[in-house]
Amino acid sequence: MNNSIVKYSVLILALAFLQVIIFNNVLFNGYINPLIYLLFVFVYPIRENKTNLLLLSFGLGIVIDFFSNSGGSNAASIVLIAYLRLPLLRIIQSNKEFDYLLFNVRKLNLLQLIIYVFTLTFIHHMLLFYLEYYTLKGFGYILLKSFYSSLLSSLILFLTLVLFVKTKQS
Amino acid sequence: MQHILSFLFKNKFFILFLFLEIVALSLTIQSHSYHRSKFINSANVITGGIYDNFNHLDHYLNLKTFNEQLAKENTTLKNKLSELLSKDNQTSVSRIDSLKYNAKYKYINAHIIKNEYFKSNNRLTINKGVKDGVTSELGVVSSKGIVGIVTNTSAHYAVVMPVINENSRINAKFLHNNHFGTLTWNGEDYNTVQLEDLPIQTKVKVGDTIITGGKSTIFPEGILIGRVKDFKLKNNKYDKINITLFNDMSALYHINIIKNLDKKEILELENE
Repeated sequence: MNNSIVKYSVLILALAFLQVIIFNNVLFNGYINPLIYLLFVFVYPIRENKTNLLLLSFGLGIVIDFFSNSGGSNAASIVLIAYLRLPLLRIIQSNKEFDYLLFNVRKLNLLQLIIYVFTLTFIHHMLLFYLEYYTLKGFGYILLKSFYSSLLSSLILFLTLVLFVKTKQS
Repeated sequence: MQHILSFLFKNKFFILFLFLEIVALSLTIQSHSYHRSKFINSANVITGGIYDNFNHLDHYLNLKTFNEQLAKENTTLKNKLSELLSKDNQTSVSRIDSLKYNAKYKYINAHIIKNEYFKSNNRLTINKGVKDGVTSELGVVSSKGIVGIVTNTSAHYAVVMPVINENSRINAKFLHNNHFGTLTWNGEDYNTVQLEDLPIQTKVKVGDTIITGGKSTIFPEGILIGRVKDFKLKNNKYDKINITLFNDMSALYHINIIKNLDKKEILELENE
């Protein structure tokens, strides 16, 4: 178990580094900024310890917050989707028996995977932008910004999952 | 007791979730109040150091633009200097020959190592800190005009709250008359700020130049801010006046921090 914590801590540092140094400098249309550090929530295996998932996600969010002076808004958002991950998967997989031990994101079919990735990304972006703006005044603007940003973020996340996560696990 | 314990144990995942959310949210709320975001900010050694290192590449690629900007600034400064020198000769007042004696402001040169202009609660990180004489509540300008105010400092880095931050409130006035208002930002366009609380008798035209008002100890009077873009009247009062900044907030690099040498004296007098 300790081994897996070390392994995922390295992943967290790598994701935080990529996000802060590279992806925070990528801007489409002046305000759409892809957030790729969410990948952690998608690749962390279902069968691993759930408590560690929350703690590690919180750590990752705080690291991102340290770099972007955003208090704890990234941490709050990523902890929320880490918590919602399992219930959402249950809903998406409603017709099937849910197998904790063998489950892998690639077991989902294409449509399910898209819904899964986009829903979590959208929830994350909504909460994050709301906490950043800290007012309900520009709610329409926040909604629109979250929608476009999560389109881009989830596209990148989706491609990464399809290309780099192994189909079969031994 | 046992019931409570077993309840807690059963719901430990949910309780941990709640606990982490509360911690994160309280940090967020703290970061939104001016001056209290002491704990999590990018002025510490690790984050500041990483930004500083990766900033070198970005800087190298933009050298040409920066050189042009600096050359232009040199020319304007030389012009001003020659103007001053000629004035000095005309008015034959004897002056004590000491730079320190007349200087009211000291400028500290620095550059920006992080800029997230696309966020609504954004901050800039700069590469000078307490060891270079930077303290909080100092004004920051670039060669084209106003940038923001220093909020947090560490030994070698400092965090600046730019004018395009929703907590930013800066005293500003028109170049052609002395009516002043408050400069704020509505969180939308990063090159447009808003002027508020302007008295109704002020005559506003599109294209009017806005400068700092000098009503605080942070900025001296007359630092360029921007031009009036458009404005609306509402209930016989000026609704927010949109102002296009002279600075391109997305392409800042070299900046100057202004230190008011009389600040202590002024504050002491005001607090008496």
